[in-house]
Order: sequence, then C-alpha cells, then structure tokens
Amino acid sequence: MENTLQSIVQTLQERFEVNPVEEFRGEVHGFVAPARVVEVLTHLRDHESFELMSAMTAVDYWPNEAPRFNVIYQLTSISRNLSLQVRVPVAGADPKVPTVSGVYASANWRERELFDMFGITFEGHPDLRRILMPFDWVGHPLRKDFPLGYEEPQFTFNFEEISLQKPNPEA
Amino acid sequence: MTQLQEVTVDELKHLVSDRAIQGETVLLNMGPQHPATHGVLRLLLELDGEIVVNCIPDIGYLHTGIEKNMEAKTYQKAEVMTDRLDYLNTVGNNLAYCMAVEKLVDLDVPPRAQAIRVILTELQRIASHLVWIGTHALDLAAMSMFMYAFREREIILDIFELVSGQRMMTTYFRPGGVWRDVPVEFEAAVRNFIKLFPKRIDEYEALLTKNPLLLDRLLGIGVLTKETALSHGVTGPILRASGVNWDLRKARPYMGYEQYEFNVPVRSEGDNYARYLVRVQEMRESLKIVEQALDKLPMGPVRSDNRKFVPPPRSEIGVSMEALIHHFKLWTEGFDAPNASIYSAVEGPRGELGVFLEGDGGPKPRRVHMRTPSFDNLGVLPEIAKGHLVADLIAIIGSIDFVLGDIDR
Repeated sequence: MENTLQSIVQTLQERFEVNPVEEFRGEVHGFVAPARVVEVLTHLRDHESFELMSAMTAVDYWPNEAPRFNVIYQLTSISRNLSLQVRVPVAGADPKVPTVSGVYASANWRERELFDMFGITFEGHPDLRRILMPFDWVGHPLRKDFPLGYEEPQFTFNFEEISLQKPNPEA
Repeated sequence: MTQLQEVTVDELKHLVSDRAIQGETVLLNMGPQHPATHGVLRLLLELDGEIVVNCIPDIGYLHTGIEKNMEAKTYQKAEVMTDRLDYLNTVGNNLAYCMAVEKLVDLDVPPRAQAIRVILTELQRIASHLVWIGTHALDLAAMSMFMYAFREREIILDIFELVSGQRMMTTYFRPGGVWRDVPVEFEAAVRNFIKLFPKRIDEYEALLTKNPLLLDRLLGIGVLTKETALSHGVTGPILRASGVNWDLRKARPYMGYEQYEFNVPVRSEGDNYARYLVRVQEMRESLKIVEQALDKLPMGPVRSDNRKFVPPPRSEIGVSMEALIHHFKLWTEGFDAPNASIYSAVEGPRGELGVFLEGDGGPKPRRVHMRTPSFDNLGVLPEIAKGHLVADLIAIIGSIDFVLGDIDR
C-alpha cells in the first residue's frame, strides 16, 4: 500500500472504526458500518480530497443472510491520483443504508438504481423511486434469488407445443 | 412481473415546483420518441413560457438486464454483452471488460496486442466523436455536417470490419490479447485514414467553429461549473471542458499509453462551446496516438500463451493432447477467477468507463457492474438545463453526448 493511502487508511481506522481493511491487486477497500458511512465519506471528500465518486454499486451474497449485501462506494481523488473503496455490509432482512446524496450528488441516481435493482432502502433520499425498471415492477432483478428468466426458441419440432403456451387473444 | 397501476399525482408532486401545481407553469412531455433526445430518453419539462424551470429525465426504456445476464455466463461469453452497452464505443467497452478480467485473474497482454488495442480504441473514439459532431450539428440545423461525419465514420467501421469481420459489435479484444492478428491490409487502411482525416477535421471546423448560427446556440449556454461536475460524477470531455485536467490515459496509463505523446485538451468555460472545442481537439489528439502506435507497432504474439485462460491456436489442437484438453475445458467450463473484486477503469469517449468485477471462485462472475459514463453525465442535465430555453435544451443534450444504451444497460 502506498504511503499516502496508508496514512488515510490509518485515520479511518482510528477515527471511524473502519475494519477490516483489505488489499487485492493494489486496490484497497475498507469496511464501515452503515451508521457511519456518511461521516466517513464526508471526511474523505473534505479532508482527503476524494472529489469524485466514480462508482456506486452493490453485491448480493445470497444465500448468506448477515450480511447479505455489500454496498460499494468507489472513490477517486483527482488532485492526488488515488483510489479507495468503501464497503458497507447490509443485512438481508429490511436492508437500509443512510443516503450519501448530500455528500456526492451523483449518489442520487446511483442509490435509486440500487433501490430498484437490489431493494436496498436509502434513508433520507430525496426521491427514492425506481429508475430503470417500470414503476409498477414487482421484485428486484439483480438479487441472486430473482430468476433470470428465458424464452424457449420455437423450432419446427416444438412449434405446436410452444404455440399452446402463448397468449392467444382470439381464444 | 408488472402489476398495472397508475402513478398518482401525489407521488410525483415533489419533483416539480409549487407553481406547476397551481397551474402557473406548464408540464410538457418530451420523448421518449423524439429525434433530439438521441435515443429513447423521456424528459418531463416544467416550462414557464419557453423557459425550463425543471427538467426531470425518465430513463430505463432501453434496459436490457445486461449486468444480470453477465452473471449467468462465463467470463469469455459475458464479453459479448459489453458491445451492446454503448453501441458507439463497442471496442472501448470490450477493452474495459477485458482489462478487468485480466486484472482479476492476473493475465498478461503481449505488447503487439496492446498496441493494436490502442489503435482500435482511438479510432473508435474518433468514430464516436464523429457521431456526436454529426448529430449535434444536425440538431442545430447544420444538416450537411451529419453526412460528412458519417462519411468518415464509415472508413473507420470498414477498418473494424477488416480486422474482426464486424462493423460495430466486434468483440475483437479477448482476455489476454486480441482474437487474431490484424490482416496485412490493416496498415494501409489506417495510414489512408491518417492521411485523409486532418483535412476533414479542418473542413468541419471551417464549417462550424466560427459559424455565427452555431455560436449563438453554444456560447455561454449550459454552463457547468467544476464543483457541480465533480459532485455529479461527470467525467470525460465534459469534465475537461469545465477546467479539470483529468484523463485516465494520462493519470493512470494502461495498455502502454505512457509511450505515446499527446495532449489533453482542457477548457475552463464549461459551456456548450467549450465542450465542442474539447471534443474536436480530442479527435486530432487521438489521430496522433493512432499514428504513433502504428509506427511503433511491435511484432510478436497477439495473445497471451497462458493456457489456463487463453485457448490454444487451432493448429496445436490436432497435434497436442494438452492443447485439446485446454481447449475443451475453456469452452465447456470456462476458467475460474478468484473470490475477490477489482475495479478497473479506462477513458472512454464519454468519460470514465469502469468495470467492477467480483468473482466467486468459479467460472462465472458473482457481480459485474459497468460504471457507464453517460449515466452520471445525464444526471447533471437537470442542473445545467434550468433557466434556459427549450431550444437551448436541445443544444445542451447534444453537447452532453450520451448514449441511452450506455445509461440503461
């Protein structure tokens, strides 16, 4: 780990209980409790010049329930050319994370996307609606227990069989 | 999976101002089928006369569940989905994904493959900017510009067809290198383009850069400040037009970009015109990179010989038992990646194109997230459209240069 990143991580560990901190292929990520994520990101933006939130996403570890999700904030410092990832573990039952849309404005749409795709509620979000799926969609598609779904191709040998299953408005 | 229900007015009340509820301003629906929204984007506009009070983008019409589909495919097969994200930057999407896979499994890329990747990615950047300049000018009533831009783009697509057999959805880059070496005609085709294109950019500039009709629509319109841009996660030419010198090719060189000399155009005005100038200049810089990479193009293999991740050449399968086994294993099972995550980003024509990739120890990814630049770039539209005329909104949309396939994924 680089020296500058090392000192940033050390401050995070001492002041914000960021634990554990892991490194893989030169990328550093630290885990933080949901309740402290807003102050951690505010600190990183204001005092460590992480101006840009490059990406915000989530991972579903189903059937693992506690924590089932990890919400991931990929931060970039343009002035110091650094990257740091903050991960927030969230339990599967009633997943809730405080919103960071007040810290990074880009989180507004990103959180709507995660709400839409994973069903994670971002508390205090100004406009938490579905963003990609239709507003009356049921379920959250990127959850691992959401079926992928497919359609069987219709060939000559199974043409009749599939035709029977298709909706027929005339019947 | 949908249950038909109506959206009540109360649910959407917080999006518009109180004046809209009292009937003082007009709510106007623009899109999803509208020629100036560059795809299926719907904008709900709150208008006071012709002035935009609020602009509420409604996206998702092109959502195809690409991230979900990629989770169900092996690492090699999932690459095909990446072409379909940003259909004006197919080669760049392949590059971002391949680099992510290579980083996750720690796979090397031979120098010749790196140089070929750079040449094609930069040509793709030019092709993407050509579509931008054509459609942007078309929106602003310079119709012939559209024909000129597509005429040159055709030459680039022909080069893609030459190397990969496909004009747009190439999937030519593969984890560990490229699919096969470039044909002998490749160099002449690219040299021809390098010779021809600078004159053509001069022609575009003669037509547009000092054109008073265009200046009226671009100068001082849609000003985006540095702070707003950074907070909204805006990257790419738009960020550089707002005075932030941030280009991943310079800041974090990949694929040997550190060997090539090129400038990163930066403007400080942050308006439509600055974005126009930055992109036009970028086309010239990309051409410089293409020329240098072609001059230096090293000889050698174009794909890693790590047989755990890269299938053996066809000629070996008939004579080598190991080659046959590797080939069979790779195309039936795929290769295993570690149970860990990486984030890898490249500089696409629209900005930071990142891939978050998490493996689960098996041959399929646990999660692939494509951090597409258009998503965040469009998110800033409501901020910069406020207070402008509807006609200027068209110019701003054009200058943001988003691709809906990139946003909706």
